[in-house]
Amino acid sequence: MVDARGLSCPVPVVMVQKAVNAEKPNELEVLVDAMVCVENITRYASSQGYTVDVKEVDGGEFLMTLKKA
Amino acid sequence: MGKNSKVNIWVLVTGLAIGIASLVLTAMGNPKNMGFCIACFVRDIAGATGLHQAAVVQYVRPEIIGLILGSFIMSLATKEFKAKAGSSPAVRFILGACVMIGALVFLGCPLRMVIRMGGGDLNAFVGLAGFAIGILIGIFFLKKGFSLKRNYAVTATEGFAMPFSAVLLLVLVIAVPGIFIFSEKGPGSMHAPLFVSLGIALVVGALAQKSRVCMVGGMRDAVMFRDFNLLSGFGVIFVTILIGNIILGNFHGFSTYLQPIAHASQLWNLLGMVIVGWGSVLLGGCPLRQLILSGEGNGDSAVTVFGMLVGAAFAHNFKLAGSAASLAEDGTYSAGGIATTGKVAVAIIFVVLILVSVLNLPKIEKKTK
Repeated sequence: MVDARGLSCPVPVVMVQKAVNAEKPNELEVLVDAMVCVENITRYASSQGYTVDVKEVDGGEFLMTLKKA
Repeated sequence: MGKNSKVNIWVLVTGLAIGIASLVLTAMGNPKNMGFCIACFVRDIAGATGLHQAAVVQYVRPEIIGLILGSFIMSLATKEFKAKAGSSPAVRFILGACVMIGALVFLGCPLRMVIRMGGGDLNAFVGLAGFAIGILIGIFFLKKGFSLKRNYAVTATEGFAMPFSAVLLLVLVIAVPGIFIFSEKGPGSMHAPLFVSLGIALVVGALAQKSRVCMVGGMRDAVMFRDFNLLSGFGVIFVTILIGNIILGNFHGFSTYLQPIAHASQLWNLLGMVIVGWGSVLLGGCPLRQLILSGEGNGDSAVTVFGMLVGAAFAHNFKLAGSAASLAEDGTYSAGGIATTGKVAVAIIFVVLILVSVLNLPKIEKKTK
């Protein structure tokens, strides 16, 4: 699980990039709290061959599930 | 690595809108190649409120007010307005001031750099090289794990601070303009009508909020993630301005000679924009983006904008800003440039940027805990 809540651009994407490069996971959960991060991570994840599922949890936080397509 | 070429249509629309808005504002009175310039306009507001006394750059620019409020209204409409703060505010204040001083050494923020490029100003291409170098340095530290740490949800008052300040400034400038200082000559005296500037900026601010357009984000994302989304906005602004200037007869080829409110002291054009690129990457966005974020409730960006305001005042109080190229009546050409104080300031800012970059890396941070 990558917790990127509250971090400014583009740190959340860097964290996801690091996790993807290091572990090449089939599934990765990412927690963010801004729509702009959801958009940026979705663009990056799809470019790496992941499908992205976004669920709004409480208080404007988003749980993103990246799955290798 | 797969290419990440999906481009958001809103980025293209915003780029086009900024380009057209800039051409219209210049045609209606704003200084040449300065339809929009976040650094210059914040500097003019610093002058109008007496924070500095440079007589030629004092005006309450409605564009700044409009950008903040446009973002504020759009973020309320899309329910994205969220009060957040607490990510190294004092460091952000100082970085905001540094970025502003770098921009005024060059004579323009990244947005005006692109506008100047589209106006045929070759000095701005030197600035672009510096901007790219600065972004690459910033990326180096991002890859090493640089972060100003997270922000937190705070009470709504924090989020309303900047929109409230913008509304207050607008009300005051309409109701009691006499309390402000307005330039009688020079760039500060040149401006489009208040409500035209305000209206256009409201639209641009709303679009910029929606599209997340950011001058520094474009190159950063292209290099780091092969994501060309934001860079496309940068490109559209340049092309729109270039074509617009050609149609309007304002384009006279590319040259470094006697460009409007620009100097041809190339080392300082370069170094000024290295600071802007590097500082903006550390902040997470260019001056325009900071304004937009401050409108959608980000208290850290509001602090950054206030830092920019103080940086602008310092830039003129201590004569750090570049002076523009000029042609005297007897035909003597001056390429313009930077005073010694400005050169010293640039050196100090580089030390500040190195310290901020290194001290916020994960390993160093553990040691200092």
